[in-house]
Amino acid sequence: MTVAEFFGCTFLVFGPVLSMFILTLANDPIRIIIFIAAAFFWLLSLLVSSLIWFLLSPLFDALIVGVVVSVICQEAARYLVFELLRRTETGLLEFTDNNSIIQNKHILAYVSGLGFGTSSGIFILTNVLADMVGPATYGLNIDESQIFPKNNFFLISSALTLAIVLLNTFWNIILFDGCKHSNYKKIVYVIFTHFFVSLISLLNQQGYHVITLTAVYLSTIVTGTITYKTVGGSLQNFTKFITCK
Amino acid sequence: MDAVVSQSPSESQNSQRNRSPKRNSQNYGATSTRSTDVPGTSTAENSSERRRRRNHPPTPDGGGGGREDEEGLKYGAQHVIKLFTPVSLCMLVVVATINTVRFYSTKDVYLLYTPFHEKSPDPGTKFWNALANSLILMSVIVVMTIFLIFLYKKRFYKVIHGWLILSSFMLLYIFSYLYLEELLRAYNIPMDYPTSILIMWNFGVAGMIAIHWKGPLRLQQAYLIFVAALMALVFIKYLPEWTTWAVLAVISIWDLVAVLSPKGPLRILVETAQERNEQIFPALIYSSAVLYTYMGVNLETQERSGSVGSNALPDNDQSGTASTSDGTGAEAEGTPLVNYNSQRHGISNIFILTFCFCFVFVFLLFKYFVIFVLFYLILFSTAAGFTQEWQSAPSDRITRRQIEVQANDANNPSQYRTVTTDNVPDPAFQPSEEERGIKLGLGDFIFYSVLVGKASSYGDWNTTIACFLAILIGLCLTLLLLAVCRKALPALPISITFGLIFCFATNAVIKPFTEELSSRQIFI
Repeated sequence: MTVAEFFGCTFLVFGPVLSMFILTLANDPIRIIIFIAAAFFWLLSLLVSSLIWFLLSPLFDALIVGVVVSVICQEAARYLVFELLRRTETGLLEFTDNNSIIQNKHILAYVSGLGFGTSSGIFILTNVLADMVGPATYGLNIDESQIFPKNNFFLISSALTLAIVLLNTFWNIILFDGCKHSNYKKIVYVIFTHFFVSLISLLNQQGYHVITLTAVYLSTIVTGTITYKTVGGSLQNFTKFITCK
Repeated sequence: MDAVVSQSPSESQNSQRNRSPKRNSQNYGATSTRSTDVPGTSTAENSSERRRRRNHPPTPDGGGGGREDEEGLKYGAQHVIKLFTPVSLCMLVVVATINTVRFYSTKDVYLLYTPFHEKSPDPGTKFWNALANSLILMSVIVVMTIFLIFLYKKRFYKVIHGWLILSSFMLLYIFSYLYLEELLRAYNIPMDYPTSILIMWNFGVAGMIAIHWKGPLRLQQAYLIFVAALMALVFIKYLPEWTTWAVLAVISIWDLVAVLSPKGPLRILVETAQERNEQIFPALIYSSAVLYTYMGVNLETQERSGSVGSNALPDNDQSGTASTSDGTGAEAEGTPLVNYNSQRHGISNIFILTFCFCFVFVFLLFKYFVIFVLFYLILFSTAAGFTQEWQSAPSDRITRRQIEVQANDANNPSQYRTVTTDNVPDPAFQPSEEERGIKLGLGDFIFYSVLVGKASSYGDWNTTIACFLAILIGLCLTLLLLAVCRKALPALPISITFGLIFCFATNAVIKPFTEELSSRQIFI
């Protein structure tokens, strides 16, 4: 079970990322560089927030503060990436044959968002995945009455991480668009949902996994829809796509 | 140890100078050679040469030059990725081995260069032990560098070449055998001696042929990466805990000093070579061009044909004149860039060589057989990587050159036609292809992998990944800086500094935070 579970959870989380990476990024070197740079910015934001948590934690159980600070740091890092890309836009053109990266602003947002998401997914989950391989893990609180009766810890963690990875990509696209057009509603929406998702995951400690999962996935769907509209999609497009017209 | 990233003087045209530094940046085929010393020495003349070149635009019309520039830029991004891939692969091998084969993460035997074994529980003592160990290593290297210069002045070339062959031979057989043995032990797989001897024989012979003669490009690359990974593993295994960190820090500092300070023993070496109008150790010359092999991937098929022509490479006799004399425009243009490039590579090789020398020298002094063999191997692994290039690179270059010439012919027929006909590469043109790639020495591979492998030996994946990311970003920054400064830069300091900072920061600060988060299933 251990190895099977490891592969299942790994591909649950990183399968979508991997396929997106291969299909949309792998052929363009500049996108890979931006992807890595965005991942690094996420790491920086994690470093800052964990530093603050580290300094506060001897005083009291500062985890909530840590989460709040970390959300702020991540959004700040996101804005930093936006500014950075905006200022180096003309320079980027020199790097690539492919003008689409500049013409369609959402590509940059998507690529850096994917970097953000991947980075957060990796840092949240890799150690859990490593424990999954075995030989065994004990001490996990497994409540038989929950919706996923066994091994729910790993599965729930992976499912939530997947949502976080996707959400980061969506947030990035929405935030970049909001910043570019000074659309404060979008900016506020991104920050609000990020706080919402992070804070609601605090309920996991009490075992309310159902609430968390539902809320997080609902916000993922809503955010995904907003992203779809942001990049120019509409219901019409969607039905055409579905019906292959 | 020391990697130098030097910007390729390449293309250049006047038009280029007026552009923003950013734009220039991508033109480079940055070169990083790993010799510590090289950088300092070569920097000055490189830059002057580059300047000259820029002043005398090789291409007749500025427009064409501009286009070439942009192409260079595009190549730049591509080569960064082509650099990331082998570095990542090398790190992957090291990390995978560290995590599966206990042998490489347990400490029992130490090298003779590190007489202090950090047995004391007191951190202060450990710190001084580590510092002393790394300083001993460093001073040995310095002494051996001087010794090497002596050898070179006396023209003992054959000693050096024979040594390289021998070293790669020992590396491929003994190191790999040890690795195989530990791998089998870790997975508890029984294997009889005849089978393992057969495997080792085939592996070693294929490696020797691929490295010293010729072979499929992919095979060469695989051997190079494997050799670098083996070397990194040996460093991780045989250096005491804190000493590893100290060595990384000291080496990158030394790299920095060696590259940026105007005087160094290797500078003397280069000057001697120029006086003699010859390359430094022709056999070692393209050693640092690890990336050349990567760049040449597409040209594999043409490699054969190219290798035939390798003798046709213009001899570097002119290099001396070009770099010493103030050079009229014509002269500068007439000097194939290969020369100065090759010198730089030569130097880097020399550095490696000195490193080898030191190890062997010390070993001879102490006559510690087992460790002796091990270390011997270590050093040689580096050397082996280098020698390989020497064979493969010229042919690669030639084919690449031919291809580019043809490509350019298509674009501006008038401009380069002569080149193809004469088979004497147009100097104007040569630089761009020559330098379009980014070269990274095997030494950089090794030390990056040592850092990441060491980080992963603590069992925390976040630390490993943070180090990996930091090193890649450091590499990117180095290349960016290269574009701004337009002179040879060491590739180790930024990456290693970032790597060290993130390694310790992650271990101390991020790790408890993320552990807390993931055990409570809180997602940020």
